[in-house]
Amino acid sequence: MENSNIEYNYKVVKQFAVMTVVWGIVGMLVGVVIAAQLAWPALNFDLPWLHFGRLRPLHTNAVIFAFGGCALFACSLYIVQRTCQAALLSNKLAAFVFWGWQLVIVSAAVTLPLGLTTSKEYAELEWPIDILITIVWVAYAILYFGTILKRKTRHIYVANWFFSAFIIAVAILHIFNSLALPVTLTKSYSIYAGSVDAMVQWWYGHNAVGFFLTAGFLGIMYYFVPKQAERPVYSYRLSVVHFWALIAVYVWAGPHHLHYTTLPDWAQSLGMAMSLILLAPSWGGMINGIMTLSGAWDKIRSDPILKFLIVSLSFYGMSTFEGPMMSIKSVNALSHYTDWTIGHVHSGALGWVAMISIGAMYHLLPILFGRKQGEMYSVRLIDLHFWMSTIGTVLYIASMWVNGLMQGLMWRAVNSDGTLTYSFVESVEASFPGYVVRFIGGGIFFVGMLLMAYNVWMTARAGSTVTKEAAA
Amino acid sequence: MSTGFSLFVTIGTIGSMIGFFLLLYLNRSIDNPGQTTGHDYDGIQELDNPLPAWWFWWFILTIVFAAGYLLYYPGLGNFGGISEWTSVGQLEEAQDAADRKFGPLYAQYRDKSLAELAADPAARNMGRRIFASNCTVCHGANAQGSFGFPNLTDSEWIWGSEDEDIKVTLLHGRMAAMPAWGDALGEAGVEQVTEYVLQLSGREGVDADLAAQGQSQYAMFCIACHGPEGKGNKIFGAPDLTNDIWLYGGSRLRIAHVLKHGRNGVMPAFGERLGEDKVHILAGYVKSLSAEQ
Repeated sequence: MENSNIEYNYKVVKQFAVMTVVWGIVGMLVGVVIAAQLAWPALNFDLPWLHFGRLRPLHTNAVIFAFGGCALFACSLYIVQRTCQAALLSNKLAAFVFWGWQLVIVSAAVTLPLGLTTSKEYAELEWPIDILITIVWVAYAILYFGTILKRKTRHIYVANWFFSAFIIAVAILHIFNSLALPVTLTKSYSIYAGSVDAMVQWWYGHNAVGFFLTAGFLGIMYYFVPKQAERPVYSYRLSVVHFWALIAVYVWAGPHHLHYTTLPDWAQSLGMAMSLILLAPSWGGMINGIMTLSGAWDKIRSDPILKFLIVSLSFYGMSTFEGPMMSIKSVNALSHYTDWTIGHVHSGALGWVAMISIGAMYHLLPILFGRKQGEMYSVRLIDLHFWMSTIGTVLYIASMWVNGLMQGLMWRAVNSDGTLTYSFVESVEASFPGYVVRFIGGGIFFVGMLLMAYNVWMTARAGSTVTKEAAA
Repeated sequence: MSTGFSLFVTIGTIGSMIGFFLLLYLNRSIDNPGQTTGHDYDGIQELDNPLPAWWFWWFILTIVFAAGYLLYYPGLGNFGGISEWTSVGQLEEAQDAADRKFGPLYAQYRDKSLAELAADPAARNMGRRIFASNCTVCHGANAQGSFGFPNLTDSEWIWGSEDEDIKVTLLHGRMAAMPAWGDALGEAGVEQVTEYVLQLSGREGVDADLAAQGQSQYAMFCIACHGPEGKGNKIFGAPDLTNDIWLYGGSRLRIAHVLKHGRNGVMPAFGERLGEDKVHILAGYVKSLSAEQ
């Protein structure tokens, strides 16, 4: 298969892959810290820049855009070269995308603890950084689509459809959600107001989930699952149908984040109806990924990388079932504003996004360090990491389910005279055990990332078993 | 919404749903089941398997359900759905039902005085529950208040302790206004008045010279609200300065800060939210908390 005339750019892929591990550790460490703060508020230390309110956006930005973002850049730029049999459009542009994105991340890590924020969820960064993101993103789009245009294959592989949708949609979402009137270098006001602002925010927020955390990572799945399983993709037809359905339905579903608010009734019920239609298109990707293993099920037993990939698909299926259920208004009346939402997000974020990225990185890193596929320093450590990730995720989401249901039920409980049975603070008090279990689960997941870093370090140190990819 | 936007929403929604249906329908059969498509990407091949039947029908089912839902509930632009359901309507129905069910429970205490309510365990229990979900955010679960929020268990009533006073406070809220005297008094003046105010409260170790100078300033600026003896005035919510109870802290630094910059305490109005009957019972409970009882 290898076309030895092509000089693939693995340098930028390697840079992004290594930073995926680094930012994963940083982002999850902040996550563990804020989980501890919720259980033991004294850990805020009365310092503004260590306060939960400032560290929480730092956590979300670091895991979504630094960890997840670097994984997406690494995988998309690797896959687009391999499946198009074409080197990247420009190595200089690739370097610009890498360093530009790192600058965005560092700017976020500095400004958020300082309290500089637009206060828009998952889009907290102030306007100068937003402009930098736009420039880097356009450079990435040129790099990616330029490479597609150079391709030597006749068709475009399904993974690249998902990356294309992800790149285009994120550009549109980022630009329109971030439109703001700057007043100083570090302060701006959104051009939208009131309910419209909220709707634009959740149109962005939900599609950050849909296109950044779903479509992009499905692109990763569509390459690494068949590669690792060494099996053909289960159904080409299914990939066509669920791709178009997924990208067409996702954009409608944002209003389900604003049930029982000032958002007009028609928008709320339309958002709910479309969220239910979203169930089947979401599951299409899971079916196609898991069924790709048919005829090779035994491999799950022995290959921990495949375990990461397949279990991530299971969590993906579970959270994309849970999502439409939570969008049903009468379910949402119970779940909204409770920890159930946090649990739902993390079954997607830890179970799906992080685990598929980790699996992809274990596949990719030995190749990037000049070794053969499958030659990580220690396969047993990968297996241990897999179990820590799985147990950590399960502890996290189970504790949040318990907390969420309990909070929802406590908030709606009424006495015989119609007064509320519990005051809010009683529900906070009752949540303490769940917060401790969540901290432990997140902590286990985080320690797994440290194992990964050690494994990657030792793999890099061991050097190459093959001198050059082209010689293989 | 405008007719144009309503049409845009309706056509977009129905058009999309027809689009999803067509996407499924046109892809229901395939040419070579079990064979590969002939594509090869970096060693990855694709099988030409059909859409799983259960998945296909599940997808169709959700589209049909959504169509039915949007027919019944609002969603398609200005078309309100055949149920004519609105969220405001549902809320009002629930509120009316609650009023019908629970209203008489509260109304039975209407004619009792607050002292009677404070002595009635059942009324006090209801009041405690109303307090827990409406008042604890500021006044605390133990009603002892915190910085800037009055302690309800002591003997101080800033806005009066008569039944009518307490009810006005709860029904209509209160807005206190302590002006900022920093410019008028100057640094030295603030220091002097602080010392005098401390002397009024009976604090020991007060600098008598400074306090004497402060007294003449007090007579000029403070006396109108806080009175010649510093006993305050419940009409303005001007606190009694002689009882050593401090809403914003009793240290020299804190008192000087209030003198310099002023304070604007706000008690929100609960009349519209709770209604007269519940406020009446709540007032009885608040009265029962006071050390005077």
